[in-house]
Amino acid sequence: MRRLVSDTMVIAERNLIRLPRAPDLLLAFTVQPIMFVLLFRYVFGGAIHVPHGSYADFLIPGIVVQNIAFGGFVTALGLNEDVHKGLIDRFRSLPMARPAVLAGRTIADIVTNFLSIVVLVITGLIIGFSFHTNVLDVIAGFFLLLLFGYAFSWVFAFLGLLVSTPESANSVGFIAVFPLTFISSAFVPVSSMPSVLRAFANVNPFTIIVDAMRHLWIGYPSAGNNVWGAVVWSLVIIAVFAPLAVARYRRMAAGG
Amino acid sequence: MSERPLGSESAISVDGITKAFGDIRALDGVNLSVAPGTVLGLLGPNGAGKTTLVRILTTLVKPDAGSARVVGLDVVRDAAELRQKIGLAGQYAAVDENLTGLENLTMVGRLYGQSRSEARGHGMDLLERFDLADAAKRVVKGYSGGMRRRLDLAAALVASPPVLFLDEPTTGLDPRSRLSLWETIEGLVGGGTTVLLTTQYLDEADRLADAIAVIDHGRVIAEGTSDELKDRVGGERLEVRLEAGADPAVAVSALASLSDEQPVFEEGLVKLSIRRRQGAIVEAVRRLSDADVGVDDLAIRRPTLDDVFLTLTGHVAEERDDSDDEVPAERALA
Repeated sequence: MRRLVSDTMVIAERNLIRLPRAPDLLLAFTVQPIMFVLLFRYVFGGAIHVPHGSYADFLIPGIVVQNIAFGGFVTALGLNEDVHKGLIDRFRSLPMARPAVLAGRTIADIVTNFLSIVVLVITGLIIGFSFHTNVLDVIAGFFLLLLFGYAFSWVFAFLGLLVSTPESANSVGFIAVFPLTFISSAFVPVSSMPSVLRAFANVNPFTIIVDAMRHLWIGYPSAGNNVWGAVVWSLVIIAVFAPLAVARYRRMAAGG
Repeated sequence: MSERPLGSESAISVDGITKAFGDIRALDGVNLSVAPGTVLGLLGPNGAGKTTLVRILTTLVKPDAGSARVVGLDVVRDAAELRQKIGLAGQYAAVDENLTGLENLTMVGRLYGQSRSEARGHGMDLLERFDLADAAKRVVKGYSGGMRRRLDLAAALVASPPVLFLDEPTTGLDPRSRLSLWETIEGLVGGGTTVLLTTQYLDEADRLADAIAVIDHGRVIAEGTSDELKDRVGGERLEVRLEAGADPAVAVSALASLSDEQPVFEEGLVKLSIRRRQGAIVEAVRRLSDADVGVDDLAIRRPTLDDVFLTLTGHVAEERDDSDDEVPAERALA
C-alpha cells in the first residue's frame, strides 16, 4: 500500500512536470474552454431562451461539465502514446505497484481539470456570468466537478489503453462524448427538445450533473437530490471503470 | 524469499516456452540457457519471436506453456520479485520525451523504490557514465537518436540489475552511435552483467555475443558460438568476380571440381566452398585462365553469419524495416 501511494505520486509528478512542456496540451486546457464559452454565448446564446435569468448564467454550469468531459481526451491520448512509445512496457517491467501508472495519471488530471475550470469560470465572469448562491455551495460545486472529472479520467484511461491508435481514441471518444453532452441540459433547456431526445436527456447522467451544478452555482430550483445523484453517478463510474482500466493495463500487449 | 532451486548455474534458463497470439504461434517450444556474465545473441528475422521471448522473460507477457527462470526466479510465479533484478531496454527508446534526462532516470529510480535523493544521485552518475551529463537538464525531445538510446540503456541500469535484456538496441542508429553503444555493452558485460540481446544485425551478434541462438518461426533452429555456427555451414569460401562479358556457366564448370558442391553464380560472383585453402587461389586462377574466363577479383573468406543464416533458414536476414517484430504477416521471405 505504501508503494502504491509513493509510486502513484511519482507518476502524477511526471505527468505534471511534462505539462508546461507540451504547449499543445496546455492549449487544450485553456484556449479550448474559452473558445467554447464565447461561441455559445455569442453565436447561439441570442437564439436560446432559458426559463430563469440570463443565458450566461445558464450556460456556465453546463459548459464546465462538458469541458471536463472533453478534457478526458488528453488522458486517453497521453496513455495511448505511452503504450506506443514503449513507456508502458518499461513501467510494467519495473517493480512498481501495478495500478500506479493509471492512478498517478488520473490524480494529475485533477490538477489540470482544476486549472481548466478556473480559466472557464473567469471567462464566464467576464461575459456576464455570476454566482447566485453562497460560498459553500460554490465550493461544493467545484468539488463535485473535480469528482466527476476524476471519474471521467478513468473512463478515458480505459479507452486510451483499449484502442490501437490515438486516432481511434479520438473518434470513439467523440462519438460517445458528443451526443452525451449535447443531448443533455448543458446548453439548452431539455423542455425545448423533441420528445424522444427529451426522454434520453432526462435520464442522461450529464443532465443530472449539469442540473446539480446549476443548483449549486446559480440556485436553479431543480431538485436538491440531483447533487447526490451526481455524486452517486461519479462514484459508480469510478467503481466500474477503474477496475476495468487496471485489468486492461495488467494484460497490455505492446503495439496494440 | 521464495525457494530457489540450486541448479541455477544459468542466469537465464528457458524450458519449452510456447506462446500463441490467436492463430499465430509466436513461440513454439523454445529452450535456451545463458551462463552468468555472458551475452546471448538472439538472432532472427522480423516476426521470428525474438521480442515475444524477451517480453516473457521480462514478465510483460505470460507464456501459454513451458517455464522460464531468470536468476533462479520463475517469470510467472516470482514475477514481482524478478522485476527488481532485471533491466529492459526496448526497441523503442522508452523514455519520456517531455522530461529531461535526469528527470527520466530519477523517475525510474524512484519506481525501483529508491528515495528521491538516492535516485537523483544514481541518475547523475549514470548520465556521467553515458556521456550525457551535459544534457542532464535538457528535455529528451531535443536529444539525438544515439543519445536517446544511451538514456534508455541508462534507465535499464538504474537498479544495477544482474540481468539485462536488450531488444534490438541499435536499430536505427548511425554507425558511430552503434559502435559507442557496443562499447558500452561490452563494458557492462566486463563488469559481470548477463545480457540477452536480440538483433537482426549479424555483425552485432558477431561482435557482442558469446553464444548465439538463431530463432525462426518461433523455434531455436541453431545454437552455438559464432565460430561453431560458421563451421556448421562449412569451410572457407572462394568468391570470384568475373570480368564483364565473361560467361558464368563456363566459370562454374571450370571451378566445380575444387568443391564438394556445385558452385553458384549470384550478383556477379561465382561462389563455392573449398576443401583446402592452400593453393586454392592459384589453382582457381589457372583453371579459369585455361577456360579463357576473365577474372576481375578473387578472394577467400570465412563464412559470415549471413551465410549461416541463409543456410539455416533458407532465406537471408533481411534488412530492418520499421514494422513491428510481432507481425509475421509482414515477414519478407527472400
